[in-house]
Amino acid sequence: MFRNRSLAFKLILFFSGSSTLIFLLIVGSNYKFSKKIIRKNIEQNAQNLTLRTVNKIEAVLASIKKVPQNLAYFVEEGNFDKERMVGMLRVVAANNPEIYGIGIAFEPYAFDKKELYFAPYYYKKDGELKLDYFGAADYRYFYEDWYQIPRELNSPAWSEPYFDEIIMATYSVPFYENINGQRQLKGIICADISLEWLQKIVSSVKVLESGDAYLISKNGTIITHAVKELIMNESIFSVAQARGDTQLREIARKMIKGESGFVPFTSIVRNKKCWMYYAPLPSTGWTLALVLPEDEFLSDIRRHNLVVGVLGLGGILLLVFAVVLISRSITKPLRGMAKAAEAIGQGNLDIEMPAVKTGDEIGKLAQAFGYMKVSLKDYINKLTEATAAKERIESELKIAKEIQTSMLPRIFPPFPDRKEFDTFAMMEPAKEVGGDFYDFFLINEGKLCFLMGDVSGKGVPAALFMMITKILLKNAALQNLPVNEILYRVNNILALDNNTAMFATIFCATLDTATGDVELTNAGHNPPLICRKGGEPEFLSVDKGFVLGPMENTKFTIKKIRLGAGDMLFLYTDGVTEAMNPRKEFFSEARLKQTFSVLKEKDITEIIRTLKSRISDFAQGEPQSDDITMLILKYFG
Amino acid sequence: MWKPQAQFAGYYLAYEKGFYKKHGLDVTIMEGGADFPPAQLLKEGKADFGILWLSAGIQRYSQGLKVVNIAQIVQRSALMLVAKKSSGILKPQDMFGRKVNLWEGDLRIQPEAFFKKFNIQVKPLPQPYTVNLFLRGGVDVVSAMWYNEYHSIINSGINEDELSTFFFDQYGLNFPEDGIYVLRERFEKDPALCRDFVKASIEGWLYAFKHQDEALDIVLKYMRKSGIPANRVHQAWMLARMKDIIVKKDSLAGSIGILSREDYLRVAEELKDSGLVIDAPSYAEFYKPAN
Repeated sequence: MFRNRSLAFKLILFFSGSSTLIFLLIVGSNYKFSKKIIRKNIEQNAQNLTLRTVNKIEAVLASIKKVPQNLAYFVEEGNFDKERMVGMLRVVAANNPEIYGIGIAFEPYAFDKKELYFAPYYYKKDGELKLDYFGAADYRYFYEDWYQIPRELNSPAWSEPYFDEIIMATYSVPFYENINGQRQLKGIICADISLEWLQKIVSSVKVLESGDAYLISKNGTIITHAVKELIMNESIFSVAQARGDTQLREIARKMIKGESGFVPFTSIVRNKKCWMYYAPLPSTGWTLALVLPEDEFLSDIRRHNLVVGVLGLGGILLLVFAVVLISRSITKPLRGMAKAAEAIGQGNLDIEMPAVKTGDEIGKLAQAFGYMKVSLKDYINKLTEATAAKERIESELKIAKEIQTSMLPRIFPPFPDRKEFDTFAMMEPAKEVGGDFYDFFLINEGKLCFLMGDVSGKGVPAALFMMITKILLKNAALQNLPVNEILYRVNNILALDNNTAMFATIFCATLDTATGDVELTNAGHNPPLICRKGGEPEFLSVDKGFVLGPMENTKFTIKKIRLGAGDMLFLYTDGVTEAMNPRKEFFSEARLKQTFSVLKEKDITEIIRTLKSRISDFAQGEPQSDDITMLILKYFG
Repeated sequence: MWKPQAQFAGYYLAYEKGFYKKHGLDVTIMEGGADFPPAQLLKEGKADFGILWLSAGIQRYSQGLKVVNIAQIVQRSALMLVAKKSSGILKPQDMFGRKVNLWEGDLRIQPEAFFKKFNIQVKPLPQPYTVNLFLRGGVDVVSAMWYNEYHSIINSGINEDELSTFFFDQYGLNFPEDGIYVLRERFEKDPALCRDFVKASIEGWLYAFKHQDEALDIVLKYMRKSGIPANRVHQAWMLARMKDIIVKKDSLAGSIGILSREDYLRVAEELKDSGLVIDAPSYAEFYKPAN
């Protein structure tokens, strides 16, 4: 996805991305580490504060506990009658302000063998002391918790706190008597103690801004809490159940077992992430918990982190700015060069190159680029010139070719008034100027000369040589010489100054139009086909002869044949037999003979045209490498 | 009735949602309690309808207070014994010689029959209003209502898997509890009224089971009004258990409130065996299905 983005973009992305990552790693680990330290400090502080509070509460509880404990001691030791016992109880109740009510409850029939219940109880109401006696059908006090628990456990015990207009708890102390040396339970001293002071102590505990403390009983019931509705209505277990928080339940189990610890905790009312330190009140089995909102004790390092974050962000922005500057200095000339290259590509070689003065890699590239532009311009100028020259030559060659072609007789039928013979010829030049030619003309009224030649090589030299040869041949033939003599003479003229060793193959013949006698001679040319009327075409056997041009005084033999009415002679150049298809196969003599045999009954014009198209078919688009030249002479007698 | 709690959610709902009114009944819910036992209120004519346990209903009848059962709401006894596994009590026989908290009166019939059945002797102790004695280890076994004290134990930090439970209904001692009672003469005078009261009450129960949150809101409202510690989680547990013991498994909702002859005879026999009644009324005499 970044492949097509600009260099500047990639640089910015890379540098700012990696530095941001490094920055975040540092800040993150720093945060984590400092959080750990702060949490440890906070734990220490919370522990100290909790233990201090626990000690404070314990001190008060210890003094309160002394009262019923001492009373139990007195009741055990002294043998009081009812009046003195009640009097003593009154004194105790009157002199201990933190005690709301105090009673001495005896086991059934233990005080008086006739009385099921005996339990005097002094309590304060409206600032006055009142006496009551526990024990009725609907209040059998020995069924009560405050009685049964110390009785069954054989030890003093705090009741679960309860709500009776104010929050209270009962401290019960069993007392005994010795019967036959055996300590036997005689009753329970119960002291109902207001826990308002406890609430005050706990609610005075303040940590951080909103951290506070609460107290739970042995059953997990909330005894004090900043939120009044929770007191006695909710327990830490019911909170855990309502939240479906099994972890909190496990913590709560540890709390009521008298353990202490520092644990993460979600505050009960505000549902805020907090930490909690809890420790037991040893004498009651209750638990004091200190709740510290995490965001508050982490607020300092959060602020610190914010500062670090802002600084870091500023740094990264600065870095981005620097990267932008550097990448601009790199990419601006590069962009200029890219633009210039594009213009050059479109042919504008006069474009101004971007100016780069630096000596770095970019500068060197710009220099090389400038040099390239100059060289390219030079080269293109030269190329333009060369192309113009070539074009001129080509057009001249084209003219030459036209001249050459126009020199061959091209009007058919050539002798419309002569009924005893007819002739048709064509030349299909190859791409370049070639050296094939044909000719036919009347030497006199009764004698027709026809010939065909092929000059070695191609191009202008061949064309020039061909023209000379053609003119010389016609010139010599018009002197009505025997055909071998014509070639003899023309050869000597050509060989005279033939430094380039050019040569031409020539087949030359004359026809006596009255008799059909043909004299023919050959100078290295392909043997013609003869097709007698009603017969098959055959290659005419004729001396091969030597080519014209290279050697003086070459002798040529003469051969005589007679044509009957309807006989044909077919002259051609090697362009016919050596026409090639894409498989590099020749059209060949055999194929020529066979094709001719098929066409022999047709009109001579059609024979040649059809042959031409057969050769083209055979070539299958393979470019023609040599001129194709054909000539038919048909004698009608 | 007893103090307001989810044990009576159906009646509060029937009242609050106007089901009683719909049937043309002008109902006032009276709080019962130790000082005002429902049977007493019926007797004195202060209440027209009372919620009594089946065992209590039979006893009152045989003692001369001619009350009839017009609907047996609770089908399954929620009474149970609970022990800590750590005390080594895993099966009934393990209770031998242990201290057991037992409620007084009717609530003692099932445990005593249970101990007799397993031939166990225990040290019974009167059970206070709370389970604190048990939690502190003062007794080994405690009586509990499944919908109330059992949850208090769990909500005091003891996990269910740490407890051994003995449901009496699983030991052939199913004493269906809360039923609706009315004086016989009152019933004979206006059976249609009784029928309407039962119908509306059952409607209240079905509504409470369907709309638990609303039901809890209403119950908690009454609890706060009476100054009773109100704990939603505890009441939610109670309501869920009430559903368990009121709606019989794989039975239709329409079958709520039926007292089966089998249940009646079992309870009556057990009462006679334990000497709590001398003579029980016949099923037909005692049970006057409102429909």
